[in-house]
Amino acid sequence: MTVLPYADALAAYDPVLGLEVHVELNTTSKMFCGCSTAFGAEPNTQVCPVCLGLPGSLPAVNAKAVESAIRIGLALNCTIAEWCRFARKNYFYPDMPKNYQISQYDEPIAYDGWTEVVLDGEIYRIGIERAHMEEDTGKSLHVGGATGRIHGADYSLLDYNRSGVPLIEIVTKPVEGTGAKAPEVARAYVTMLRDLLRTLGVSDVRMEQGSLRCDANVSLRPVGRSTFGTRTETKNVNSLRSVERAVRYEITRQAAILASGGRVTQETRHWHEDSGITTPGRNKETAEDYRYFPEPDLVPIAPSREWVEELHATLPEPPTARLKRVRAEWGFSELEMRDVVSAGAVNAIEATVAAGATPQSARKWWLTEIARHANEEGVDLEAVGVTPQQVAEIQALVENGTINDKLARQVFEGVIAGEGSPAEVVTARKLAIVSDEGALAAAVNEAINANPDIVDKIKSGKVQATGALIGSVMKQMRGQADAARVREMILEKIG
Amino acid sequence: MTLAEAPNAETIRQTAVDLATKIKSGELSAVEVTRSHLDRIAEVDGEIHAFLYVDGERALASAARVDAKIAAGEPVGPLAGVPLALKDILTYTGAPTTCGSKILEGWLPPYDATVTRRLLDHDMVILGKTNLDEFAMGSSTENSAYGPTRNPWDTSRIPGGSGGGSAAAVAAFEAPLAIGTDTGGSIRQPAAVTGTVGVKPTYGGSSRYGLVALASSLDQPGPCARSVLDAALLHQVIAGHDPCDSTSIDQPVPDVVTAARSADVSRMKIGVVTELGGEGYAPGVEQRFNEAVELLASLGAEIIEVSCPHFVYALPTYYLILPAECSSNLAKFDAMRFGLRVGDDGFASAEQVMAATREAGFGAEVKRRIIIGTYALSSGYYEAYYGQAQKVRTLISRDFDQAFSQADVLVSPSTPITAFKIGEKVDDPLAMYRNDLCTIPSNLAGNASASFPVGLAPEDGLPVGFQVMAPPLADDRLYRVGGALEAALHSAWNGPLLDRLPDPGALR
Repeated sequence: MTVLPYADALAAYDPVLGLEVHVELNTTSKMFCGCSTAFGAEPNTQVCPVCLGLPGSLPAVNAKAVESAIRIGLALNCTIAEWCRFARKNYFYPDMPKNYQISQYDEPIAYDGWTEVVLDGEIYRIGIERAHMEEDTGKSLHVGGATGRIHGADYSLLDYNRSGVPLIEIVTKPVEGTGAKAPEVARAYVTMLRDLLRTLGVSDVRMEQGSLRCDANVSLRPVGRSTFGTRTETKNVNSLRSVERAVRYEITRQAAILASGGRVTQETRHWHEDSGITTPGRNKETAEDYRYFPEPDLVPIAPSREWVEELHATLPEPPTARLKRVRAEWGFSELEMRDVVSAGAVNAIEATVAAGATPQSARKWWLTEIARHANEEGVDLEAVGVTPQQVAEIQALVENGTINDKLARQVFEGVIAGEGSPAEVVTARKLAIVSDEGALAAAVNEAINANPDIVDKIKSGKVQATGALIGSVMKQMRGQADAARVREMILEKIG
Repeated sequence: MTLAEAPNAETIRQTAVDLATKIKSGELSAVEVTRSHLDRIAEVDGEIHAFLYVDGERALASAARVDAKIAAGEPVGPLAGVPLALKDILTYTGAPTTCGSKILEGWLPPYDATVTRRLLDHDMVILGKTNLDEFAMGSSTENSAYGPTRNPWDTSRIPGGSGGGSAAAVAAFEAPLAIGTDTGGSIRQPAAVTGTVGVKPTYGGSSRYGLVALASSLDQPGPCARSVLDAALLHQVIAGHDPCDSTSIDQPVPDVVTAARSADVSRMKIGVVTELGGEGYAPGVEQRFNEAVELLASLGAEIIEVSCPHFVYALPTYYLILPAECSSNLAKFDAMRFGLRVGDDGFASAEQVMAATREAGFGAEVKRRIIIGTYALSSGYYEAYYGQAQKVRTLISRDFDQAFSQADVLVSPSTPITAFKIGEKVDDPLAMYRNDLCTIPSNLAGNASASFPVGLAPEDGLPVGFQVMAPPLADDRLYRVGGALEAALHSAWNGPLLDRLPDPGALR
């Protein structure tokens, strides 16, 4: 696949984004039945006649899911419908038990809202078209065949545990005017949404588990043109990082087509994390007619204005206001805050601070040590495998002198490798700093005796040469010594 | 031979309320009553074919449990120990549910419909599952994949449909009671042509949970019986709010039993619907209908004429809304999780297996309606068909509102004609659809409606049904009218209409 260099693409074309985010709600039961929504259970153990779509079964709406939908809508400054209905989206697929999905069509519960994202200190306003309720499908596992898709597979296994899990689909209005920043704006939007949904407490928002999924619509138009170009919809974008990469890739791919005089095909495309490209999915030429019609098994939803008002009062502060507040509370500079936001670490730092760490130490660990692991593994910060509580514990160990920063890195490694809590890793890996003065004194003596030339330099007033001796001692102590104390002891001995 | 001479006649000819009283007093045992009906089924059902599945052993076992409960002095339901038949479109754990279709052959549902659950919780005894047009699509049971049911009045004729099995079982004394479901007349039209009582409760009055959906916004389970009071007692057992059915109404069930007992129509305003009569109605049907109206007048009711101008559009409206909903409701029959699976040779794709199964498993009428409904919902046609039909549906509801502002109940013949010959209309779907001309408006509007027997048409000696329609949640009014008619007619006839039924047992 030919792509145009990004700078060339942006010189000629103006990208327009449309983001569809599916959020699995964290209600204990499913959208239309009492089955558990817990992730990771044995296949087909969380099912009943309703979510299996058995003949005769009927859906009944989970009120908690409606409440979450309204709170999400309000947090995105949407109008909450006074009256709305569910609709059936009809298509045949084995992982959809009824062969229709209960969704919402032209009467969403929340519509016409907006939100803001902050990128490099600049605020971008994102229009929200709608947020609607629907049920998730089951999961197919296609076995055999080259592509892992249903075509060409030897057989397919179906797990209906996910069938009927409540979903909210949040659709933006076309996002225009982001220029070269489009990929980053897309990422910043999904990050903001993830943090907002977590603060609302309505979802686990774990992209790697699929509880937050993003479909990215991208189109290009020649710079200066106001009509939209043909869009593609990229699915299977399962991390914040991928959101940015997928949008960037689509821009360069579409630009190459347009630059060579071709036309972009309107289609669904699949993102491939490993190769960093998108490939065509189902072609829209065979686009299905979903034959939407109002779901006759359910009565309309008419949330009372009092209830909506009550829910409005429970909303957390808006994302941009929150960023402003935490920056002041944490005493971060503009630049520090910018890095924190673009790393998607605001929630993590907040939780770490809440667990007892200082803001600066929390920032340091999330943006250095944990960010390094995240990049190496190509996952988001929160998927690295260290909790904010553990970060705070490690920092506490540094502060009480049990370990130093260098040893702390080994503790992070141990925790990430699943060796247990920070304290357990320190014990198991024998990382605690040696405070035995006798052992230290011996090491100091040995360093002094082995380096007479350095000792002479120090004696002649070149105090900075002490560093070499400290290094030698730390090496003997395998890093498990307090460098300040070592320096003190060396100077005492020589002085 | 007449029925009076049939074996077990003493037991099987009794009303459900009498059976319940005798079972409770110990005069009869539930086991005895159940066995008598099972014997009757064995005797006549080869000819009638009302049942698709007879659950004899389980019926006797549950009857024995009821007897034990009564002997121990435990509290039991008002119809405890009374056996009944269940239309084979409601789930009953452990008994196959076929919906009269090959596509569900052998499916054993793992759960009970709410209606089934209530019957069992009220100590009633389920004899088995009754025949129906495939997925309740039809007016004759000829669309059943398992062969038609025959009308006990004349076994060369249809028993109505879709619930022909339930109506025929009751009319042939195979069961004192049965459960039907009514989407466009599937309880009332069979009741009319078999000389029995059939009631479609207010939409949302009884739960649809476990009723395999034909058209969700129209379907409603209800009672089939030989007497008005029996129907009311069964209505009382099955009706009421069910959290599993979002469309069920969270309101007290109208006191239908008291209404049936009162049987009082004095000072009641009864509206005769102008549009439901005239051309296309058999003379004998009109004659018996008019006589019944006069009878009600003589009992103190005030008779007025009301016009419901949009009722003439009810049939086309219904035949857009119903197929649209059923095209979606029947999508789940795809061979993936239950029922028939065709063409799974290890190479065919899931899509091919779905298509082959649906091709082999669905009958012609089902396919016809799925195709019509799919078309009516397609983009570009939705507004012209489904959208337009919903608007007309609203107009029909307004006709009812208007009419009920003038009259307490509305009345009409239940069907334009009496039972026709098996095979007579199978090649003419439109002629078949016209059977439901009078019954469909109440399904579209969701109000309560019933059919009561008012005699035999002079020209063919076949039963004629009298339809009564009441406003939503005024189901009790149906029973007041039905009860009054029944009492007056029984005294005129010297007994129930079904006393004149030729015994099907003698026809073998």
